[in-house]
Amino acid sequence: MNRRDVFEMLNTIFRNNFDDEGIILNEETSSADIESWNSLEQINLIVAIQDEFKIKFNIDEVNAMNDVGKIVDFILEKIGS
Amino acid sequence: MKELEYPFNAVWIISNRRKIRKNLLNTNQNLIEKKIAVLGGSTTKDIVQIMELFLLNNGIKASFYESEYGMYYEDAVFENRELEAFHPDIIYIHTSNRNVASFPELTNTKEEVETLLDLQMQKFLMIWDQLLEKYSCPIIQNNFEMPLYRLFGNKDAYDYRGSINFLSRLNERFYEYANNHKDFFICDINFISADYGLKEWNDPFYWHMYKYALNVNAIPYLSFNISNIIKSIFGKNKKGMVLDLDNTLWGGVIGDDGVENIEVGPETSSGQVYSEFQEYIKLQKQLGILLNIDSKNDEKNAIKGLKHPDSVLTLNDFIEIRANWESKDRNFIEIAKSLSLLPESLIFVDDNPAERDIVNQQLPGVCAPEIGESHQYIHNIDRNGFFEVTYLSEDDLKRNVMYQENVKRIELQAKFSNYGEYLKSLEMTAVIKPFELIYNARIAQLTNKSNQFNLTTKRYSQGEIEEILYDKNYITLYGKLKDKFGDNGVVSVCIGKIDGKICHIDLWLMSCRVLKREMEYAMMDVFIHKCQQRGILEIRGYYYPTEKNGMVKSFYKMMNFDLVSEKEDETVWSYVVNDSYKEKNKYIQVEE
Repeated sequence: MNRRDVFEMLNTIFRNNFDDEGIILNEETSSADIESWNSLEQINLIVAIQDEFKIKFNIDEVNAMNDVGKIVDFILEKIGS
Repeated sequence: MKELEYPFNAVWIISNRRKIRKNLLNTNQNLIEKKIAVLGGSTTKDIVQIMELFLLNNGIKASFYESEYGMYYEDAVFENRELEAFHPDIIYIHTSNRNVASFPELTNTKEEVETLLDLQMQKFLMIWDQLLEKYSCPIIQNNFEMPLYRLFGNKDAYDYRGSINFLSRLNERFYEYANNHKDFFICDINFISADYGLKEWNDPFYWHMYKYALNVNAIPYLSFNISNIIKSIFGKNKKGMVLDLDNTLWGGVIGDDGVENIEVGPETSSGQVYSEFQEYIKLQKQLGILLNIDSKNDEKNAIKGLKHPDSVLTLNDFIEIRANWESKDRNFIEIAKSLSLLPESLIFVDDNPAERDIVNQQLPGVCAPEIGESHQYIHNIDRNGFFEVTYLSEDDLKRNVMYQENVKRIELQAKFSNYGEYLKSLEMTAVIKPFELIYNARIAQLTNKSNQFNLTTKRYSQGEIEEILYDKNYITLYGKLKDKFGDNGVVSVCIGKIDGKICHIDLWLMSCRVLKREMEYAMMDVFIHKCQQRGILEIRGYYYPTEKNGMVKSFYKMMNFDLVSEKEDETVWSYVVNDSYKEKNKYIQVEE
């Protein structure tokens, strides 16, 4: 799985979660870009990501996720590709 | 919606909650609206969002009041204009062991721990008493789940200083309160968390990151559980089961294998599994769940199977037995019809996914749970909470007997060509009187689950019924009907609100169990008598159409009321009370 695949899967997760087909993620997308993406919404994304990629994040990782690029970094690191 | 039935995919529900919501709002038309206040001791956002879905799936459109983070105590005890203006129909208090202010310490004496327990309880008693008094609506309160760690290890359970011991004793006190307050219900998160897996449920990640007192992945299980209590309070429980036979109640196919080769009873492990399932079904019957058979079999084979010496269930346990070669959905409809129930109030229990699919396709709204393998049947039916018990009335316990008596009535009716002769032969007697405390549970239950013969479809909690009972500005009646086959119990309820010389009929309903027995005439006779006695000059009747109450559209016309106004199918009727009223009831002997 490469960075692009992960992006695509993340895009689906985000679209589902916010029920917004218009979402297009890039490396810099952050909570400032998606109106309803607040800290409580973040947990729903994390739950979906963990389930999709069969991985688990720890507290430090979640706290460091300030944009989508960072999320992708962590995912790639965990799935080891 | 299939995806919201147990066993569900919790993460899928969380990630698609917005879409699901839209979907349910688009497809479910006949929704009742309820206001639910959620007072949380921790974050409640997702709990509320997902509860909303499960409620919609049960025909309840909820609007929510959510307390500010952790403000459950303040919201309940101090003046709260916002909550008062909200007028909740239900209050749910979401607390957890994270909200226990202080646990016993090692140096504490027994007496000190006792005081600690009292202090904790005082806080909750204050909340509950205040809420019940202020809002007189049902309250749902979490009990306590077991904690994250056991300082003493196993001794934590029985040493008075152990936190497990402490929480268990608090729970006991909660139950005592619940048993003494009819509108107070426990949401058993102690069980739900154990069922989910305590170590996952308690994962502290979610507490420290988001102040959720449980694993976010577990929220659908919690929300599902709360919504089951709520839908039960509002009369949305299922009423019966329609069961398959082969590989559902016993192992094997009786038509092919013969009665001597079906698996049920103690001889084989597979037989034991089916026996245990039959015992579970038999226990449902005691709760008043109506049991019926829908099986592709020759009837004589079906009966042979139920007469198997090791069968726990016997012929007498069932109301309707349809064993034939008709399609299952057709039989299902017929069963519902002969019980005078809506199809969606029965569930379909069948091991065969193809049959379940046909029922799902043909009968939208009917639940056909995925029951899995034979050893999973009990679990999968049980966890769905179809029959969640909140108010359990005398009537529930006797319901199967009553329906069986009905079968005998239908047989008798077939012998008469004149319907009046048949009614006469039933030797009916009724008790029609103002509300009495002992019937309050049944009366509240009827207001919540009668849909068809119900003029206004107003729902009342038991607390509200009690208030009306003591209020002199109301004329209330309950009606019990008995005949030579048995006692139907309380089957009709009306509530009239007096305003000067006018009495407005807020509620007029009757159980479909006694349709076409002229019980409504007997009720009207007594209602008019009561109005005469109170000096009422005019009675106003109201009909509010719903998807289900078309059968009483012309009720007031039939009762000789005059149409006063009509607006979008809502009609208002008037009857001028005078001494020339002629009694309508001819066949029922009434005790007023």
